[in-house]
Amino acid sequence: MSKTKLKIENLYKIFGPRGKSFIDPVKNGMSKQELLDDHSHVLGLNNINLDIPEQRIQVIMGLSGSGKSTLIRHINRLIEPTAGAITVDDEDILSMSQLQLREFRRKKTSMVFQKFALLPHKTVAQNVAYGLTIQGEQESIAKEKSHKWIESVGLSGFEERYPAQLSGGMQQRVGLARALATDAPILLMDEAFSALDPLIRTDMQNILLELQKDLHKTIIFITHDLDEALRIGDNIAILRDGKIIQKGDPQQIIMKPADDYISDFIKDINRGKVIEVKSIMQKGSSKGASLNSSCSLEDALKVLNNEKNNECSVIDGKGKKIGKVTLDAAIGALFRERDSRNKEKYK
Amino acid sequence: MDWLAEFPSLGKRDLRDLKKGIDGSFREWSRSNGDAIEAFFDPLYFFLVWLEKLLIATPWPIILIIVAGLAYLGSRSWKLALGSVVSFMLIGYFGMWKDMMATISLISVSTLICIAVGIPIGILMSRYDRVQSAITPILDLMQTIPIFVYLLPVVMLLGIGRVPGLIAVCVYAIPPIIRLTNLGIRLVDKEILEAADAFGSSYRQKLFSVQIPLALPNIFAGVNQTIMMALAMVVIASMIGVKGLGMPVLQAVQNQYLTLGLMNGLAIVALAIIFDRVSQRYGQRLQAHRYGKEHE
Repeated sequence: MSKTKLKIENLYKIFGPRGKSFIDPVKNGMSKQELLDDHSHVLGLNNINLDIPEQRIQVIMGLSGSGKSTLIRHINRLIEPTAGAITVDDEDILSMSQLQLREFRRKKTSMVFQKFALLPHKTVAQNVAYGLTIQGEQESIAKEKSHKWIESVGLSGFEERYPAQLSGGMQQRVGLARALATDAPILLMDEAFSALDPLIRTDMQNILLELQKDLHKTIIFITHDLDEALRIGDNIAILRDGKIIQKGDPQQIIMKPADDYISDFIKDINRGKVIEVKSIMQKGSSKGASLNSSCSLEDALKVLNNEKNNECSVIDGKGKKIGKVTLDAAIGALFRERDSRNKEKYK
Repeated sequence: MDWLAEFPSLGKRDLRDLKKGIDGSFREWSRSNGDAIEAFFDPLYFFLVWLEKLLIATPWPIILIIVAGLAYLGSRSWKLALGSVVSFMLIGYFGMWKDMMATISLISVSTLICIAVGIPIGILMSRYDRVQSAITPILDLMQTIPIFVYLLPVVMLLGIGRVPGLIAVCVYAIPPIIRLTNLGIRLVDKEILEAADAFGSSYRQKLFSVQIPLALPNIFAGVNQTIMMALAMVVIASMIGVKGLGMPVLQAVQNQYLTLGLMNGLAIVALAIIFDRVSQRYGQRLQAHRYGKEHE
């Protein structure tokens, strides 16, 4: 596990003119509905605790209204919290002065927005260079740097176009290049790909994952799409009504959903593709073929089926044997969810 | 039941004393401070006179070339440029060249003043809600109060002439540019502002590289309205001694010179149409990036 980059502790956000005065009642168990009905205040975030590791992709997932966009805006203080603490590299964000905060936003974080939020009156090149320009970077250097990022998101030749002349997917590439151009270690992505067509969305996910291989940024990625979360997240936190109801890596979320809400959430995913062998590994070893621990069930099933005793060894990235896996376990993992449902149905 | 039939009012004598008192003290104040205030506006007077003389002294072909050039640069339309030149030639042919130059110099100076004063006020209003709620009623007042009511104190202070006329024109013409600057900045997409914030822009950077450029179409609509309202004031300004196309109209009204009134009136209309079309086209071109036309 890598070092914690960003730490969120006991974070509360209550929207409304007298938000602060409702902190204690909320801590003592006042519900979101009660707060809204009796006091016309909205509970945005309710006791968020999250450690975000360095150089990983942390996905925060939830349906609309769950508070995920509110949460990500606390990290660069576009929204001020009502109570709680946020630290980045052990530095307290909330005690920063306006000037320090501006410097923090320039150097430490950058952001990609759902609706792109490009400057319509500036060209692609000027948009990408925006973060650098406001830092007072020399024009020639800003131009050179932004050119490099335009190239890396595959937009060479479009430098002098205006955003309105580009398709949605291309506009978001500009948004991504703009965010990367400042070399900030933390990248905040607020439903960055949600407004795009499914095919283009997959494209953008690939670009992001490809870039991340070299960049190793700490990425906080907001989404409402489970497939997207499972695909790109190293860690996932699921938010509901302003509360984190489960956090863990994708395998943990699928294998051990914390409650019915999450079970319901994950019921339609393709388990064969998402579940990895390591999640159903047992102790021991087998003589037959061996499987990589991050091999998906779908691929593992073929191999297991061909083995005489339907068993395989599991090896880690370095080729060391760390356990075994059986065909039964693999099938069980595929159908477990459905099994329990069917039982109830046919009782 | 007499008291029900008649509205309870201040006694006639008291009322007269009150009016007299205020009038007297204002007159006294204006007598003692009139010179200082006049001196304050002197630079304006000299600038106005200088511009008017310059326009009149410039050979007419040069003026026509400048008019054609400005009209084309503003609108990128040959038709409009040609139309402007033809109108100017017609106005000059009917003997209104000098008056037209005087009017153009008045309109130019008052528009410049309105822009220089109005845009900063509009920006302040967009930044602070309090400033907005303080200034909005003043603008309402300026737009609805009968012009003669504020013409009177201006004349008492500064006498008759170009400067009081200019001030009257500005008071009447400045509200749209203030309002539309404020509105334009407030209408800038919140997400774009959030992006500017997220990258660590200062207020100044945000204002000059995001808010004002994106508000420009609205600000320009304000400039257009200001020019139109300034032109509308030309006749009234001539009542307090401002030279220009308004003066003959006033004479025509007083002496029933039908043709004189019509000719000068039409000249004002022609100027208004030219100013309006050119500035409107220019404003539209400022938004070209929105439709992605410019570089395709």
